[in-house]
Amino acid sequence: MKIAVCVKQVPDSWAEKKMSGGLLDRAGVDAVLNDLDEYAVEEALRLVEKHSPTGEAGEGSGHTVTIISMGPDRATEAIRKALSMGADDAILISDAALAGSDALATSLVLAQIIEREKFDLVLCGTESTDARMSVVPAMLAERLNYAQLTFAGSLDVDPASSTIKVGRSTDSGIENMEAVLPAVVSVIEKINEPRYPSFKGIMASKKKSIATLTLSEIGVDAAVVGIGSAWSKVNDAQERAARAAGIKVIDEGNGGKAFADFLAEKRMI
Amino acid sequence: MSKIFILADHAHGKMAHSVGELATFAARAGDVTALVLGGDISILSPQLSDFGISEIISLTGIDFEKYSAGVSAQAISQILDEKSPDALLITSTARGKEIAARVAVRTNSGIITDAIDLDATLVATQSIFGGSTTVHSAISHGTPIITLRSNSVEIVSAASTPTITEVNLAQSDFDASRLGDKVVSVTEAAKGGRPELTEASIIVSGGRGTNGDFSPVEALADILGAAVGASRAATDAGWYPHSHQVGQTGKTVSPALYIACGISGAIQHRAGMQTSKVIVAINKDPDAPIFDLADLGIVGDLFAVLPQATAEIQLKKA
Repeated sequence: MKIAVCVKQVPDSWAEKKMSGGLLDRAGVDAVLNDLDEYAVEEALRLVEKHSPTGEAGEGSGHTVTIISMGPDRATEAIRKALSMGADDAILISDAALAGSDALATSLVLAQIIEREKFDLVLCGTESTDARMSVVPAMLAERLNYAQLTFAGSLDVDPASSTIKVGRSTDSGIENMEAVLPAVVSVIEKINEPRYPSFKGIMASKKKSIATLTLSEIGVDAAVVGIGSAWSKVNDAQERAARAAGIKVIDEGNGGKAFADFLAEKRMI
Repeated sequence: MSKIFILADHAHGKMAHSVGELATFAARAGDVTALVLGGDISILSPQLSDFGISEIISLTGIDFEKYSAGVSAQAISQILDEKSPDALLITSTARGKEIAARVAVRTNSGIITDAIDLDATLVATQSIFGGSTTVHSAISHGTPIITLRSNSVEIVSAASTPTITEVNLAQSDFDASRLGDKVVSVTEAAKGGRPELTEASIIVSGGRGTNGDFSPVEALADILGAAVGASRAATDAGWYPHSHQVGQTGKTVSPALYIACGISGAIQHRAGMQTSKVIVAINKDPDAPIFDLADLGIVGDLFAVLPQATAEIQLKKA
C-alpha cells in the first residue's frame, strides 16, 4: 500500500491568533504540526505495522507512508516531526505564489501530487486548528474521484482485497462504512494515541528525504492559487472586545441558590 | 430578484430546525428555493410552509444518506448548473460542509463556511480564532456556497405555499466512483431526549472536575431543558461521548446560556464557547481562567452547587 498523510503546519493552538491584511498573521507565532494531523500519521503507521511481515513500518514492510504538505519552507519543521514518528519520506510543495491560498487551491495542489504518485490511501486530520473549515478531505475526494470516508473513529484496511472499513462518528451515532481503495480518510482524535518520537526516530528522521517542489514542477499554474485567486475575499476583520469577567461568588453553602437567583434575574428560568 | 437556494436537512420525516434559519437568511437576499434530498415530500413539504419559501425541489430515487457527500454533491451541482441560482446556503454540520466543499469544487465556486450572519448582499460574517475576531467576507466566483451555523438567527415566520418540483434520479445518473463509499449499518447513540448540542439554547458542560460523574450535570441540564456538553479532558477520559465535546477540536456553540462545571477554561475549550451570550462557571479553583469570561462565577464544589441549584430552580419553576 502507498499511504499519504496530508499535514499542515499551523500556529500553536495555545497561542493568540490575529489577522493582518486579510490573512492570519503567521509571523511571530510558534508554528507546529497541526495536532489533529498527528492522529492521521499515527493511524498510517499502525496500519503499516499491522500488515508488515516484520511488524514494523519502514523498509521491509512492503508499504510506504509519505507525508505531503503545502506551505512555506519552514513547514519542514512540522514535516520532520511526522518523519520522526516513523513515516518514510515527505513531499513539500512550497512556492511564493501559494501564499494566501484558500481551501480550493490547497486541495488542487494536494490532489495533483496524490494523482501523480498514485497513493492508495490518503489520511488527513479532521481539520486544521487555524482555519478550521474541515473541507479539504471532501475536496480531495471530489477532485480525485476517490471514496470519501471522513470522521473515522475506527479504521481497518484489507490490502489483499483493497477494501477499507471505517466507523464514521456522527451526531447521531456511528455509521459503519465500506469502500474499495483508493480512498481519502479523515480521522478523529479518538481513533488512537499518537506516539512520541523516540530518540532513534528523531535521529533517523534527519536522514529521510523531504522533496521540496515548486508549482511549475508539479504542473499547477501559479495564476490559479494564492491570495489573488482566492474566490472568497475578506472585506474587513475586527478583534472582538475581550469579555469582561462578571460577578464571582465564593460558595459558602449558598452557591447553588445564588446561581438560581442569577438565572431568575436574567429571566432564564 | 435574486434566487437563493437552501439545502433543507431532514431526518426521520422531520425537517431540521435549522431550515427555518437558512430560509430567514436567504429571504434577506432574494427568493427562496428549498432543495430536499430524499425523504417523503408529502410529509416534509407541509413543514416548509412557514418560512417564505416559494419553491421546493425534491430530489428522489436514490438513498442519499447511504453514501458519502459525493452523491448529494453531484445531484446538487446538476441542479445549480440548470437553475443558476445566486447562492446556495447549507447548514454547517459535518456532512453539510462536506457537501458544500464538493459542490464548490464541482461547480468552480467560492465557499465560505461557518458563517454566523449573512446580509442582503451575501456578505457573510464569521467569528474566527475561537471567537476572538469577527470577519466579513464575500465570494467573487461561481455560485456563492455559504454554510451557516445553526442557532445564529431568530427565525422570521412568513406563510407561503411553495410549488413542488420533483426530480427523479436513478443510480445510473451518478459516477460509479461516487457510489463506492457506502454506509452498511448505523449504530445509533442513546439519545435520552436532550436537545442537539449545536441547536440548544442552554448547554450545561462538565469537565475534569466531574471526575467522571456527570449525574449532577445531567440533572441540571434536564431541569433547564438543556443539552449536555463536555470538555476535551472529559471526552478523552472516556467519561462522555466525543460527539458532545465543546472546543477547538469539537463543536463550536453559541447558546443563550452556557454553564461550565468543573472546566478550567483552557484556550481550546474557550474557542468553542466564548461567544455564548451568558456564561456561568462553577469551579473549585478560584484562579481558573474560565472565571475571566464568566458573567457569574461560583468558586465551589460542583457536587454541592449543582444539586442545590437544580433543587432551587425546581422550586422557582413550581
